Amino acid sequence: MTVTDSAWPDGPPVTALRPARLRPALLVASGLAVLLAAVAGLVVGPVLISPAAALGDLLGLHTSLSQTEVAIIEQIRLPRVVLGLLVGGTLALSGASYQGVFRNPLADPYLLGAAAGAGLAVTLVIAGGLDGGSTMGGAPLAAFLGALGAVGLTYALGVSGGGRPSTAALILAGVAVGSFLTAVQTYIQQRNQDTIRQVYSWILGRLSTAGWHDVLLLAPYAAVSWIVLLTQRRVLDVLAVGDDEAATLGINVRRTRLVIIVAASLGTAAAVSVSGLIGFVGIIVPHAVRLLAGRSHRVVLPLSLLFGGAFMCAADLLARTIAAPDEIPIGVVTAFFGAPFFVLVLRHSRQNAT
Amino acid sequence: MIGCHGVSVSLGNHRVLGDIDFRVERGQWVCVVGPNGAGKSTLLRYIAGIVPGQGALQLSGRAASELSRRRRAQWVALVPQTPVIPDGLRVVDYVLLGRAPHIRPMAVEGPGDLRAVHEALNQLDLLEMADRVVTSLSGGERQRVLLARALAQEAPILLLDEPTTALDVGHQQQVLELIEKLRKERDLTVVTTMHDLTLAGQYADRLVLLDGGRIVVDGPAAHVLTETNVARYYGARVRIIYDRGRPAVLPLREEPGMPRHRPAATATGE
Repeated sequence: MTVTDSAWPDGPPVTALRPARLRPALLVASGLAVLLAAVAGLVVGPVLISPAAALGDLLGLHTSLSQTEVAIIEQIRLPRVVLGLLVGGTLALSGASYQGVFRNPLADPYLLGAAAGAGLAVTLVIAGGLDGGSTMGGAPLAAFLGALGAVGLTYALGVSGGGRPSTAALILAGVAVGSFLTAVQTYIQQRNQDTIRQVYSWILGRLSTAGWHDVLLLAPYAAVSWIVLLTQRRVLDVLAVGDDEAATLGINVRRTRLVIIVAASLGTAAAVSVSGLIGFVGIIVPHAVRLLAGRSHRVVLPLSLLFGGAFMCAADLLARTIAAPDEIPIGVVTAFFGAPFFVLVLRHSRQNAT
Repeated sequence: MIGCHGVSVSLGNHRVLGDIDFRVERGQWVCVVGPNGAGKSTLLRYIAGIVPGQGALQLSGRAASELSRRRRAQWVALVPQTPVIPDGLRVVDYVLLGRAPHIRPMAVEGPGDLRAVHEALNQLDLLEMADRVVTSLSGGERQRVLLARALAQEAPILLLDEPTTALDVGHQQQVLELIEKLRKERDLTVVTTMHDLTLAGQYADRLVLLDGGRIVVDGPAAHVLTETNVARYYGARVRIIYDRGRPAVLPLREEPGMPRHRPAATATGE
């Protein structure tokens, strides 16, 4: 029963085993991607700034930048870059966790109705004139509460079906709640034609230019969500063998699933509240990571976080430069450039596999 | 090591097991046999804690209901009949899952866990396959990988649901010999379910025959595997022959004109 060391006087050669782990090379690569996307986001725009000077300024060094350029970096571009990293990382991490906990490759952060709930709540606020004029004052809070409320409703419906709660019951409850809330939202939107444009632009998603305000709003929720999800990375691998077997391996399946759903939904709701409904990131980034680095959540979760942030930053850069001085909705960019990129990754990994 | 007292299990409105009383001593190999639908798998799943039931279950002298999930998984390992094997998972990572009950919830494995995995892989001659993908292995190799995961769990009680069903006769013997070897080396208490009565009689210390969710015969192979019992509970015509003191069950073809011996009571038992 107990392992004796007598067979190997110096201890067994366990170094021969290579369990799935986050390899330093991948961590460095994803860190570089984040850095690259962030620096590009800082220096590219109507006013071009040299990368060296921008980095120097952030490190507190004395640079040749004018006061205006310093303000552009520190008050406009840096908060937007940080917001992109937070939103992209949170959505990708939540998506990867949802895919793991539901054992469903099509799961995304909006699976349990978060998008529909946020959409309805924001529509109500905007149509009801509760948004305090042009600045969408009440929308972030409404989106946050709407998203969490919808997920809570889905969970309550999913586990109340009698018998043992299954992931399938939760997913179906999510479909029902999502459809219902979307129907209500569409009806309210049609009754208030004058605000359609405003609602629509919120739904397409964007990274705001409101300085550090949104970053500070999102950061605490994102931090909690990241910490909780990352600590569950090993347990998510155990859940992959199914509820029954995971239970025989000592996992409290229901509690674990609830913890992961709550953490991922909290992060998603906070991200949605500041950025609107940005699709695609939560589903494509984790899959690209899986194709490149394997399926263990111990690898997929941290890499999704980093690559998700980098991807969102890069997408935002494109969104604001391609048609400058106009901005394209970032949700359009993530899908338009993300889909071909994903096809490339898919083809590459297939060729490697054969 | 295992004690069931007045255990009954219902799935939905259907009672699958009723009034089960039996004990398994430490180091014993007990084989649960019985026709399809008799409740064999449910009994193992009940002991492993996957399905709830009524009555008392003791594991190593302690009430199972007082054990936490994690603690229970340190005592009991189950190899299911049709395990879920995630795509793309390598042997080493799959076997490492067996360490889950020993790792604190938010931590990752330590050197001791890797040592246990190494030991299990070594004992089942799998070290060279450690980096292969589990789903790409043959049936016999895969069954060894499942055993390795259960071994890495280091639980003194090993439950195996139909460990030989998908294997050819050579690999069936290989797997059962392995289980026997591991049982001796690690002093394991083994409970298996099995369809092949001859193999059950060859390997197990004791057979428990279930029918309709109840234990109908319990004892040594020679006591359980009689032509009358097999006819009565399986509705099968067999001849029992003995080889070195152990019974072998030989199914016979029905001869024309002879009535098939099968009481009506068990015809509906399935």
